[in-house]
Amino acid sequence: MSEATTKAQGGLLGWVDARFPLTKMWNEHVGEYYAPKNFNFWYYFGALSLFVLVNQLLTGIWLTMNYNPSAAGAFDSVEYIMRDVEWGWLIRYMHSTGASAFFVVVYLHMFRALLYGSYQKPRELIWIFGMIIYLVLMAEAFMGYMLPWGQMSYWGAQVIISLFGAIPIVGEQLALWIRGDFNISGVTLNRFFALHVVALPLALVGLVVFHILALHEVGSNNPDGVNIKDHKTKDGKPKDGIPFHPYYTVKDTFGLGVFLIFFSAVVFFAPEMGGLFLEPPNFQPANPLQTPEHIAPVWYFTAFYSILRAIPDKFGGVLAMGSAIFLLFLLPWIDRGKVRSIRYRGLGHKVALGLFAVAFVCLSYLGLKAPSNVYFGLTVTTWAQIWTMVYFGFFAFLFAYTAFGFERTKPVPERVTE
Amino acid sequence: MRKILLGLMLGILSTTGYAAAPSGNLMDAQVDVSDQGSLQRGAKLFANNCMGCHSAKYVRWNALPEPLGVSMEMVEDNLIYGAYQAGDTINAAMRSEDGAEWFGAAPPDLSLTARARGADWVYTYLNSFYRDPDASIGWNNKLLANSSMPHVLWRLQGVPEAEYEDTANGVQVAGIRVPDAQQGMLSTAEYHQATRDITNYMAFMAEPVRAKRQEIGVWVIGFLVIFTGLAYLMKREYWRDIH
Amino acid sequence: MSQEGASNSRRRFLTGAVGVVGGVGAAYVAVPFLAYWKPSARTKAAGAPVEVDTSTLEPGQKINLTWRGQPVWVIRRSEAAIESLAAMDDTVSDPLSNVSSQQPAYAQNPHRSIDPEYLVLVPICTHLGCIPSYMPQAGSLDADWQGGFFCPCHGSKFDLAGRVYRGVPAPTNLQVPPHRMASNGSLVIGEDPEAA
Repeated sequence: MSEATTKAQGGLLGWVDARFPLTKMWNEHVGEYYAPKNFNFWYYFGALSLFVLVNQLLTGIWLTMNYNPSAAGAFDSVEYIMRDVEWGWLIRYMHSTGASAFFVVVYLHMFRALLYGSYQKPRELIWIFGMIIYLVLMAEAFMGYMLPWGQMSYWGAQVIISLFGAIPIVGEQLALWIRGDFNISGVTLNRFFALHVVALPLALVGLVVFHILALHEVGSNNPDGVNIKDHKTKDGKPKDGIPFHPYYTVKDTFGLGVFLIFFSAVVFFAPEMGGLFLEPPNFQPANPLQTPEHIAPVWYFTAFYSILRAIPDKFGGVLAMGSAIFLLFLLPWIDRGKVRSIRYRGLGHKVALGLFAVAFVCLSYLGLKAPSNVYFGLTVTTWAQIWTMVYFGFFAFLFAYTAFGFERTKPVPERVTE
Repeated sequence: MRKILLGLMLGILSTTGYAAAPSGNLMDAQVDVSDQGSLQRGAKLFANNCMGCHSAKYVRWNALPEPLGVSMEMVEDNLIYGAYQAGDTINAAMRSEDGAEWFGAAPPDLSLTARARGADWVYTYLNSFYRDPDASIGWNNKLLANSSMPHVLWRLQGVPEAEYEDTANGVQVAGIRVPDAQQGMLSTAEYHQATRDITNYMAFMAEPVRAKRQEIGVWVIGFLVIFTGLAYLMKREYWRDIH
Repeated sequence: MSQEGASNSRRRFLTGAVGVVGGVGAAYVAVPFLAYWKPSARTKAAGAPVEVDTSTLEPGQKINLTWRGQPVWVIRRSEAAIESLAAMDDTVSDPLSNVSSQQPAYAQNPHRSIDPEYLVLVPICTHLGCIPSYMPQAGSLDADWQGGFFCPCHGSKFDLAGRVYRGVPAPTNLQVPPHRMASNGSLVIGEDPEAA
């Protein structure tokens, strides 16, 4: 399958190839993209993210056909989709479950990058693109959650937009500008709808393309963190690489099957996920005069929400929350280590990364709970403060540990293991 | 690593018990929307006792026959009072402005209550009324204090009286009991069954497709298991090249 | 990279099996997405039969109403108008209403209605969808005009039973929707008469 033979092909494909680099692109990104042969479990989630993105785009387009983006009609139109439109309930549950599934796979995908140092040189840009995707995804999810115009939609938006009000001097004007009204209203709903269904999806798709192009430029990392391009056969193929197609297409097909089993289990048997994916108060129409008893964001935001609540100062909380995300952007430069994979890194890093993951999960859990709840004699707020310190401590530790030569790494093999 | 993650995903799936409403001491309604007998009784009770004041504006009459397992004629004869046009939704007999005037608050639409509050909440609410001479409507509710809804089902349950208790926070309602002299048409067990039927019907109205989606889900997952099995065999076959 | 050998047929079989099963799955997934476009329960409810009281309608007058979002005209024809229909048989192209898609079977008669007096019509020109003008007076269009419908878009002409003239662009007669006379004397549009 060298380029010469494909060029010589006749028929329709040959006709197209003479006018458009179809075969060339296929070979570059799939057919002859050489990926390390030692991908493990953690390497399913990139392809799965792409699948969920397609699911969200498709079901989203379909929902838009019957959704009514107005304060008076939004809630009714969602119930209309759920009851009156044929199979509307399925399309909607696929979309609402897909939103949560998106964050599940993206978080696992990101953790994979942390485990194997996939953000390190020369993959910093892949990581940056990925972080921007994550940021856009958060905006997309937030605005999407507002559209059903239930109590949680309304008050969640109220809380988040008020965060901007905490910024000194320009804050209040900024919040007003975002809302386009003195309180959240149909005006806000309309602009968020436009962003949710047109602008942000466009940005997401573009960023995903950049993310993948950057990846295919430098090549995939792997669980050993070694560079497979260092050892090539005589015809220039990496010895430890295998063509993405068919080996990883068949593997990802299997992974997709497993994912779909979990996904369908939620869609058909627990679409509300006990209040985690669809919160009960959101089945009440938005009421600007009455706040629900307990407001918690959807689970994928609660880690950052916890950090926000942990700081007893409005602007300080916003700052802490912002930096919790911003620090991730800087990760390639905070981590001065030369070894990528957790397998060969120092014990300190292993412990720190483990704690970081635990902190993220605990913060996520705490963010769902009322601040006054008590666990083991400490309030949710106190626990959140402890884990917030662990969260930020990770970055400080990682820098000190790697920049000043404390890390004792193990020797990295020349070739991939197993 | 794989096992840990699988466990994690299963863990997420099993958190469905995560409290929807302020849980605490709610009674268990044991909702089963595939129990058509219960849905039929619940629909009848709902039509006789609730629809005077409450609407269920998202529910269409002609969406009832199939899930309830009855004919449209039976729905028309037993549940619908007043004029009916094909495809109409469930309206209250009373205008909501009147309700606001008579009770101090307009009776809420009940299409989604079982989803917003939780079915157990509805069930507990229906079992928490007591006579309260101090309240303007003569009734009160232990679950939702000073609720503006009277005890519509008192003919069935009887007239429950509160048992008061002195606590640090003042006099509070400790329990509710129907005195022997004030018994209603139903025994305690029968009243529980009746309110459970109403709750079940309301859970159905909140998500009419619930029974059907679970039915479909079994097939979908069965299909996916076969697909995934085949995909696994295919993957193993290709990967013989590498190992 | 692929290796020739005994496993090749197994590989082909498994790839085909996954392809077929996956294809079936994809087809099933397509069903909800396609069915989603069908008229919803609300649309169907809005398209329910319409009842109209015709007791105040004078001969020659018409009532405008909509059924399923389409205009429907109910016209009460005078005795003279009913009698004049037979004379039009040579002028119109389908005098016996043989094109069965244009009316229910019970309206396939000289007056194209259940009750000769009441004509129920969807006034959408069968040429390109304009709404014709109702011109019941003889001679109101030209000297030969016996009363009927004239489409201003492309000049199609129909008689007072909605039958299309010869030599005009419209191919078929105007459509008669399902209708029945209710027991209380009013007219129900959108429902066939109960088993006659």
